[in-house]
Amino acid sequence: MAERERYLTPPLGGVFVARAHVMTADDVRRAVTRIAHEILERNRGLSELVLIGLQTGGVPLAERLTEELARIEGTDVPVGTLDVAFYRDDIGLRPVLPETVTNIPFDLTGRTVVLVDDVLFTGRTIRAALNALADYGRAKAVQLAVMVDRGHRELPIRPDFVGKNLPTRRDEMVDVSDEGVVLGDMVPTRP
Amino acid sequence: MIDATGTRRADVAVRDGVIIEVAERLDESTQGLELDASGCVVAPGLVDLHTHLREPGREEAETVESGSRAAALGGYTAVVAMPNTEPAIDSAAVVRQVLELGTKAMVDVRVAGAITVGRAGTQLAPLGEMADLGVHLFTDDGAGVQDARLMRRALEYAGGLGVVLAQHCEDESLAAGGHMHEGEWSSRLGIPGIPAEAEELMVARDVALSRLTGAPVHFLHLSTAVSVDIVREAKAAGLSVTAEAAPHHFTLTHDSVSAYDTRFKVNPPLRTAVDVAAVKQGLADGTIDAIATDHAPHSQEAKEAPFDQAPPGMLGLETALALALTELELPVEQVLALLSWQPARIAGLQGQHGGPVAPGHAANLCVFDPEAQWTVDGNRMASRSRNTPFDGMALRGRVRHTVCRGEAVVIDGVAQR
Amino acid sequence: MKHLLSMADLGVDGIEEILRVTESFVEVTARDIPRVPALRGKTIVSLFYEESTRTRLSFESAAKRLSADVMTFSVATSSVQKGESLKDTVETIQAMGMDAVVVRHASAGVPWQVSQWVDASVVNAGDGWHEHPTQALLDAYTIRERLGSLEGRRIAIVGDVKHSRVARSNVLGFHALGAEVTLVAPPTLLPPSLEGWPCEVTTDLDALLPKLDVIYVLRMQRERMTEAVLPSMREYTSRYGLTARRAANLPDGALVMHPGPMNRGVEIAAEVADAPGTVITRQVANGVAVRMAVLFLLLGSGASIA
Repeated sequence: MAERERYLTPPLGGVFVARAHVMTADDVRRAVTRIAHEILERNRGLSELVLIGLQTGGVPLAERLTEELARIEGTDVPVGTLDVAFYRDDIGLRPVLPETVTNIPFDLTGRTVVLVDDVLFTGRTIRAALNALADYGRAKAVQLAVMVDRGHRELPIRPDFVGKNLPTRRDEMVDVSDEGVVLGDMVPTRP
Repeated sequence: MIDATGTRRADVAVRDGVIIEVAERLDESTQGLELDASGCVVAPGLVDLHTHLREPGREEAETVESGSRAAALGGYTAVVAMPNTEPAIDSAAVVRQVLELGTKAMVDVRVAGAITVGRAGTQLAPLGEMADLGVHLFTDDGAGVQDARLMRRALEYAGGLGVVLAQHCEDESLAAGGHMHEGEWSSRLGIPGIPAEAEELMVARDVALSRLTGAPVHFLHLSTAVSVDIVREAKAAGLSVTAEAAPHHFTLTHDSVSAYDTRFKVNPPLRTAVDVAAVKQGLADGTIDAIATDHAPHSQEAKEAPFDQAPPGMLGLETALALALTELELPVEQVLALLSWQPARIAGLQGQHGGPVAPGHAANLCVFDPEAQWTVDGNRMASRSRNTPFDGMALRGRVRHTVCRGEAVVIDGVAQR
Repeated sequence: MKHLLSMADLGVDGIEEILRVTESFVEVTARDIPRVPALRGKTIVSLFYEESTRTRLSFESAAKRLSADVMTFSVATSSVQKGESLKDTVETIQAMGMDAVVVRHASAGVPWQVSQWVDASVVNAGDGWHEHPTQALLDAYTIRERLGSLEGRRIAIVGDVKHSRVARSNVLGFHALGAEVTLVAPPTLLPPSLEGWPCEVTTDLDALLPKLDVIYVLRMQRERMTEAVLPSMREYTSRYGLTARRAANLPDGALVMHPGPMNRGVEIAAEVADAPGTVITRQVANGVAVRMAVLFLLLGSGASIA
């Protein structure tokens, strides 16, 4: 949703028009379960692990992953949120406003951080997030979990855990929610 | 053709600086330059009681030459130069200097002398010595004479010389530190204000001193409703007082300052809508005898200072007639009385300026189209300065020709030298 | 919005937007390394014609925490002392390249004039008696932080309103956010006209105290004595000073605020200044975050806040 919201901020403006339902709610639920297992497997347990959801689309996903991990392992993983507005490299090119406050109430030093976002696109948000994370301590490792990887990378960034690889056109828009994943177009409300 | 004797349709013939013939249809075989005045009003040249020519001392803002060109373009044939130059016009020597500069000017340049030495308000200037050179008006304009006792003596002394003292009414103890009208806008903008009462106190005081001494007083640039009332009552009581108002005081109000544009800084300051209405009423009912420009050029550099450091004053000569025609709901005859023959009388110029347009009188004429629409362009002023607050304003009434001492100094809106 | 000149330009939405972004920067300022790269490569000039160490430092640290380059123009040691005009100074700095200029001047309106002469964004850091918008924003933020909202809150602004840019900006800001503002001052320290001011006015501080949510105490300047506006500082303190006795009449939880620097013992008693209800140091801390938000919104966001 973050992507969609940002495009809705003036001066861009537009209306999201759905075209194809590419993942159902059940598909999303199953993908969350699978990613949770993959995280456990890769990290051999949950000690030293923290999840950080990127504002705003990654936050609900990070929460669902935490619940899933707790259900599987019976332990709570610390979860934080991160807004990368101040770290973006496209400041001034388009409206960038902090969506919400960053909340990382724990030191990252020595921990393994799983960054969670809904859609991976150019990779610039992740680059900004990596810079931002550095201000909260020196993490032992950073991994990336996304629900949809839609391609079109502009930076050497790849996800560790993916819900679905979805080939898209550059001008399309991907909307991720509890109801599933929808591919559509942004129709400008003004020229 | 409009003058103090009335309105008629006629041609005018001029030779050697004098009107030689006025008739419904003059012989077309007349030799020499012919000026087309179709659709226009031919009137006696305008007379400005209040012009700051800045020379000597502030030539970067205006000179006698540039100021008189602005005057000619505004339809004026005579201006009274204010004495707040550097040095002040407070002696025969400086009077001679400015009059000498004026001999080459496009309009008749007259001089007002200072009342006190250096306009310092402490010692009487040599009024008699200056009166001998033809100076008729005396003022410390830029400041009022603060000391009532000194003003009384000056009035008594001037009465004996047959000259007139003109007062810039401002009680400095009350006005000190102020930069705009004190009220709603000064409070909001955080600019120290000048209360209307600072002017009214001195108007009232000088009415009293005129009564005490029997000497005439001319009030410069009245700007408040109460000032107008005081003068109205003084006239009703038969006192020998006259008054003028500036175009900006019947057109602009203090909210103009809201963007801190220093072009709107002037002294007396722009007042409220009530005051503007009162000044208009005073002009309409004869309480105020003349429209005087208080043409006060300031260099761009000087006006680019912070509001409270910028000098007060605005241009006036090139816009006064049009503002009066556009903003005052008065017949053209009455506008001309306020701009020409009434100020001519106050300046002691009757017979030379202000008409009538009749054979044997000096050929000082203003020809203007009362219906012509135009837009003020601050960058196209003849003045050396650009500080007009009327930039971009659409006005009605434009000067076409100005004839001074028989010479066509402005033809079709273009200065001839 | 290109400039921040007056609270009046912001409107409720603009104020809300700045306060919302401020929250993010409060989080940044609380970090061990309170710095983000948001304005990397931008140049911000602080142009203070009137010395104000606190406001200048607050702006400069805000700019530095946003990773902007900061140029400090020190009037005391500059060409201004050699008679350079305001416009020439501003144009010279502009030629060196700047994205924003933070202006403090003893004359009202100077930021408006500067904004006519430069392409950069202009931030008013206090102009004469006129306005000090970032102070009003940080004050509103501080009240909101403590009381949740300004809606319906009763706020008294006490002291030298006439000469106070803080009071002018705060009346506009507090009112826009729904507070009921009352000015308390001797008539000689009130502006000549309060027409159009969205506030009440009284000379009776004691009657008002028990009803207040916030008492905002203005700095009393000693030079006022020479202008015959007050007989003596002691008389001012006895009628308008926030003494311990008066502070005791405030409701529990009421906030005591002051823009600083304080004259302890004149407008505010030392023990009141140090008491728990006082949020004066919180105001200073929030000042940096508010100024970060303003600079970020003007230079970084590409969004419009008005």
